Amino acid sequence: MDTSQTPAEDGEGRAEVVLGIGTDEWVARHNERLIVDSGPLARLKDAASKIPNLARWLIVLLIAVAVPLGTSNPYIMRVGVNLGLFILLSYGLNIVVGYAGLLDLGYAAFYGFGAYAYALVSSDQLGHHWKTYISVPIIVIATALLGFLVSLPSRRLMGDYLAIVTLFFGQVFVQVVLSSDSITFPWATDSVDITGGSNGIPGLDPFVLFGHKFLNAKDYYWLLLAIIVILTLTITRINRTRIGRAWRTIREDSLAAQAMGISVNRLKFMAFIVGAALAGLAGTILSAVQGAVFVNGFDLPLLTLVYAAIILGGSGSLPGAVMGAIVMSLLPEFLRVPNYSEILFFVVLVLVIGAMRRSIKLFAITLVGIFVTGIVAHGILLSLSVKSLPRSEWATGVIGRFLSHWLFVPNNRLLWGNASFVLLIALIAYLTQASSTVKKILLPVAAFLGIFLWEVRLIQQPSTTRQLIIGTMLIVLMVTKPQGFLGKARVEVL
Amino acid sequence: MAMLELESIRISFGALTTLDDLSLHVNKGEIVSVIGPNGAGKTTLFNVITGVYKPDSGSITLDGQNLVGKDPAKVTRSGIARTFQNVRLFLNMSVIENVMAATFGHTHAGLLSSALGLPRSRREEADVREQAEELLRFFGTRLTGYRWEEPAYSLSYANRRRLEIARALATKPKVLLLDEPAAGMNPKETHEITEVVERLRSEKGLTILIIEHDMHVVEGVSDRVVALDHGVKIAEGDFESVATHPAVIEAYLGRKAAETK
Repeated sequence: MDTSQTPAEDGEGRAEVVLGIGTDEWVARHNERLIVDSGPLARLKDAASKIPNLARWLIVLLIAVAVPLGTSNPYIMRVGVNLGLFILLSYGLNIVVGYAGLLDLGYAAFYGFGAYAYALVSSDQLGHHWKTYISVPIIVIATALLGFLVSLPSRRLMGDYLAIVTLFFGQVFVQVVLSSDSITFPWATDSVDITGGSNGIPGLDPFVLFGHKFLNAKDYYWLLLAIIVILTLTITRINRTRIGRAWRTIREDSLAAQAMGISVNRLKFMAFIVGAALAGLAGTILSAVQGAVFVNGFDLPLLTLVYAAIILGGSGSLPGAVMGAIVMSLLPEFLRVPNYSEILFFVVLVLVIGAMRRSIKLFAITLVGIFVTGIVAHGILLSLSVKSLPRSEWATGVIGRFLSHWLFVPNNRLLWGNASFVLLIALIAYLTQASSTVKKILLPVAAFLGIFLWEVRLIQQPSTTRQLIIGTMLIVLMVTKPQGFLGKARVEVL
Repeated sequence: MAMLELESIRISFGALTTLDDLSLHVNKGEIVSVIGPNGAGKTTLFNVITGVYKPDSGSITLDGQNLVGKDPAKVTRSGIARTFQNVRLFLNMSVIENVMAATFGHTHAGLLSSALGLPRSRREEADVREQAEELLRFFGTRLTGYRWEEPAYSLSYANRRRLEIARALATKPKVLLLDEPAAGMNPKETHEITEVVERLRSEKGLTILIIEHDMHVVEGVSDRVVALDHGVKIAEGDFESVATHPAVIEAYLGRKAAETK
């Protein structure tokens, strides 16, 4: 063994590679040889990556604090509360799925359980009005217990098998709530209405904490912000230390984890319990802020959104969970307004083209290509004597007015919109397989079709468009960056 | 004195009896090799010892303490650590985290004390890191320095095998089970592994049971060699006597070869 080598010390010594005898310089300096992206987008990415992690958290926190100080608009505050709840749910699910790797499809039920439990002890439904500082801790503990019960099958089940069992649990919750509006207990003759069935439970008490009654969404926003800050600190710590490491070993290889003395089953229970407790807490806040509770908020659509959030952000990454939650809860709100969604659409379009054409020259050529395609299409449609729609009827937004002299919008929007939709999808499918020369020619055409489709058809149906956009975004992201925005690329078997 | 003792172990899967009335002991500080053709039951033997499989009958004791019926995590905590034939690292965790994670059994920080960052759990964390660094340094220049924070999948095959040994050591074992530590290594690396096994005994005071196909390694490290075939012990003794034993030659090369010898 050679002893002459001084291993690079952990910490400041590592930046400069200290080479000892037997250490391969080629390997040690591999970072310097990595192929670096060029172009404006890459430079922006590079600049962004230099911001330290703590600074990023602080920037997000600063914005989160600044918003309620700047506005009292109840709609904005309500969106903020929804975002907070979403982050809470993402944090919980991130522990179960992202860290421990347990595919829990019953997660929405814990959220619902917390919400309904709060409703039952804070309304005239059963005539109980518990104090907040008593009811919330009890409900959180009860949800944690429920999490423990649901986790029991995970002793033997992993992956898809566990997913099916938990999915079943989630559906049972929904059914039980729906049908518990007339239960006849064996010792009574009259039936009792517990959950209100599909009508839900209205008239819930707001939170009262430290003598302060929570009257508006802003109060809940501050509460959520405080909870999230605390959780961010604690979960980061847990993830870095003993329990977090052990969770991740289960995700990686649970047999090897066992062989290393890790109590795999206990840790699975723990992950489920913590995840459920967070969802339960979020549920109580949701109930209180809404003042009413309905079962349809805890069904599959919600589950899908929370999963989408953590997958989008990067499963197993806390900043990723925040980012995913922001995208999944703010984006639909943003897209509700056609004007905003139009701006967003064009920003995304420009970004996509920028990502595909990484030099200013090519980028400009593509833009010119789009412009020319538009004029050609205009000419073709005119020569076919297709009736056009008067400008005043469609060019409503800023961008619409800007485009109105260039774009030809046919009178029969339904037909042309649908036709261009089919054509666009076919074109994109073809483009993924095409050679680079064909791509150069067809990319402007595809982009034009996108703009055409947007102005002709999509802008008219905001709710469908919203889902389309979110779906497309997920597909594109999963294809180009399967690890999510902020996740680390994982290796399965190597 | 026997550190690890197996007495008439029998395990079958359906109609296939993989280990049949197998008795084996490893004395304290001894290095024993298990050899045998493919399917002889070597890895099953490791799986039975570590609690992955429960034997149909027979007893296993470590330092006088019963192991049969304990789950793998408990077996490891009572003092047996292993590596895997097909290397099972936590690939997406960093090199040092792989080792740190294996200290789980003898550390205590719980959910709450970690979350709050209590002084006790901080001290433990620092201690765990120090242990892991020391274990990684055991492999000299191979696993030191800049590699520690890299994900385990970035390591070469030979280094993965080394890391797996380091990870096993982090459980603070008395007995180490190595499943083909030299598989897939070049001659130089194989020689290094032989040295490492020897040092594991001399520096860490370990008792070692090793499965190996590379006869240079077996010859180089073993105090005693046990040969298995079809789940039955066919020979036992020093390397020379086992390697020339007719039953062993028959198991590897067939009856004809054994007769002409």
